Amino acid sequence: MSDTQHNTQGDYLHNPSGLWSWVTTTDHKRIGLMYLFTILLFFFVAGISALIMRTELAHAGPDFLKAQQYNVLFTLHGALMIFLFIVPGIPATLGNFLIPLMIGAKDVAFPRLNLLSYYIYVIGAIIAVIAVIPPVETLSFLKSLGFTGPADTGWTFYAPYSLDTGAAIPWMVFAAFVLGFSSILTGLNFIVTIHKLRAPGMTWDRLPVFIWGSYATAVIQTLATPVVGITLLLVIMERLMGVGIFDAKLGGDPVLYEHMFWFYSHPVVYIMVLPAFGIVGEIIPVFSRKPLFGYKMVCYASLAIAIVGFFVWAHHMFVAGISDFSAIAFSVITFGVAVPTAVKVFNWVSTMYKGSISFTTPMLYAMGFVFLFMVAGTTGIFLATLAVDVFYHDTYFVVAHFHYTIQGGAVIGLMAGLHFWFPKITGKMYNELAGKIGWVLVFAGFNLTFIPQFILGMEGMPRRYFDYLPQFQPMHMLSTVGSFINGFGYTFALLNLFYAAMFSKVKAPANPWNSLSLEWKTASPPITENFAETPIVTEGTYNYGRPVEGLAH
Amino acid sequence: MSSHSTAENYQGPPHVHHMDAPTAYSAAKLGMWLFLATEILLFGGLFAAFALFRWMYLEAFEHASQQLAWGWGALNTLVLLFSSFTAAMAVEAAQKGNNQRVFRLLAITIGCGFIFLIIKFIEYRAKYVHGIWPSSAEWNDPQFNAHYKSFFGLYFCMTGLHALHVILGMGLLAWALRKARVNRYSKEYYTPVEVGALYWHLVDLIWIYLFPLLYLVGHPSWHTPFGH
Repeated sequence: MSDTQHNTQGDYLHNPSGLWSWVTTTDHKRIGLMYLFTILLFFFVAGISALIMRTELAHAGPDFLKAQQYNVLFTLHGALMIFLFIVPGIPATLGNFLIPLMIGAKDVAFPRLNLLSYYIYVIGAIIAVIAVIPPVETLSFLKSLGFTGPADTGWTFYAPYSLDTGAAIPWMVFAAFVLGFSSILTGLNFIVTIHKLRAPGMTWDRLPVFIWGSYATAVIQTLATPVVGITLLLVIMERLMGVGIFDAKLGGDPVLYEHMFWFYSHPVVYIMVLPAFGIVGEIIPVFSRKPLFGYKMVCYASLAIAIVGFFVWAHHMFVAGISDFSAIAFSVITFGVAVPTAVKVFNWVSTMYKGSISFTTPMLYAMGFVFLFMVAGTTGIFLATLAVDVFYHDTYFVVAHFHYTIQGGAVIGLMAGLHFWFPKITGKMYNELAGKIGWVLVFAGFNLTFIPQFILGMEGMPRRYFDYLPQFQPMHMLSTVGSFINGFGYTFALLNLFYAAMFSKVKAPANPWNSLSLEWKTASPPITENFAETPIVTEGTYNYGRPVEGLAH
Repeated sequence: MSSHSTAENYQGPPHVHHMDAPTAYSAAKLGMWLFLATEILLFGGLFAAFALFRWMYLEAFEHASQQLAWGWGALNTLVLLFSSFTAAMAVEAAQKGNNQRVFRLLAITIGCGFIFLIIKFIEYRAKYVHGIWPSSAEWNDPQFNAHYKSFFGLYFCMTGLHALHVILGMGLLAWALRKARVNRYSKEYYTPVEVGALYWHLVDLIWIYLFPLLYLVGHPSWHTPFGH
């Protein structure tokens, strides 16, 4: 129906051409790529800030940072990584690119809203960046606008400190509010797209697991984000107008802030990791040449995690003065999240069992993900246990656990997906050996960074501290060395992809991995309108290992 | 398909009109319902805070509530209820393709929005004159009861955010109204009126909760409906 004057058979990267056609594009594939470049920029900036912190922490005692600068750096690291990098990390990039392709649609349901959400993200990002840069003489006008100094509260903006510090918290939380709005619009768009635009025959029980993961993610984005939105607005009102909601001095309640903050900020970790589950669920069957084991359970587990994930937030507050009853209730429900998560892990491992596994780069990342996420989940159980959490809560144990879930989970998942769909996105192949070297560096560096942090936590090293006792010296040094290997690994792996995208002469075929899902049925890179004809789906996505027509063996 | 830019003769950029009209209609409706869910959760944070503080400081909240002019609040409730009625009538008119009627009914609805805002302004002004206003001299006086601050802080946040939504809703309805002027609506195409009215009903619904919570919680006096 859509034979317009455009060359619908041309690839989306060059058709239509010109910079203006990119910045005004409503093509979900281009918007996905624009998001990808933007988030990777912030991944780099926030990563550098982590390396500066690790350098300072390599030796006990103050080296080259002041304590306040350290506070600013970990706020910058946390806020940029969370709000600018990993929340939009998979949904807005690979999700945008893949959801319409995987369900056989021409675009998302609201293409212009999609572009709007990108620009809202950019505006939020600009405000966030101004709010974390230190005051400079030449930019003194910023101070009169309320940019009174870089945020130093950590990414959680806990009251009452966020109300008392002189830093530019109102702007910083306003940035988070704006970014949240962008996230809501993306999630809403995806839910409607998945409900309304599936190709004929693409029933719910034939949907790829990445779509199920993205759907569960979108539900959380849509329903949890508004709550943190109003919370952050109340922080602004309290700071600017002295309205007493969170500050005990004004008759407010700081524990209420924590409740409202974590009501979003716990589910948000599932926004980060559920799409990564989906990516791994796509990759493992392809490279094991076996159907995904327990397909339906994998799908339902995504929804179960999303739903149960709404009712566990107070496990962040076991030592914040909540009642024994609520502590026990939240502890029990938190254990409950482990069940669907474990279902997924068992299903991935069972898919590999007796499969014909090829150890390509995406598969290595996917398998690394399964291992790292298992460590993350298991240590999460420690923290859900009331008595144990009292000891671990404010130690490096939590830092290590969190990074295993988010870096070992979401970021490794993103890396797996970027390698897996790279031929589809760019129409070229990357250097496989370099990809594998990148994986080794990332995987080894990551574990070397964070296994020592588990040990530090068990020994009682408090988190957020700028300095430490001499007995923690060796583990801190190991962690710092690991962090540099890790950072180098990401740089190496991403430069390998970037180099291939720009200069590689190796053209990718339409379906280099012999995958069965829809996005591989169109050209690489896809044509502007995705499919020359709307595909008709006749079977599920994961019928590997059975005779299938049209596979290039 | 009665929409002027049907997919067949559409000459704009690709990826904007990429589905048939019934799908576009049901997608828009689902999108608006989801957006309403996010709005309810946005206000939900405020309702949760209100519930907590009302439970903790019931006496102070009741007393503070008596400072509000319940008569203005009740009048505004009637104004919004009536505007919801005219919005629903506009949807019916649009479904029948009666563009002139849509125009008139939406104009009345938007007019009610203006009346609501004017009444709200009168109320705010009265509070401002009495120094019940964040960061006024009275407000910052240590004598000012901290729990009153919580009540009025929530009052201004909740009604202020709601008023902002009234303005947004009026904008949305104005967009729908403009299309009625150029006779865009027909039996097949009335999406803007329908989603605009959905949004307007939410604005009304939230006020229906705000009114008793804020104005009636303190058993107000029948004799002073418009304040002291």
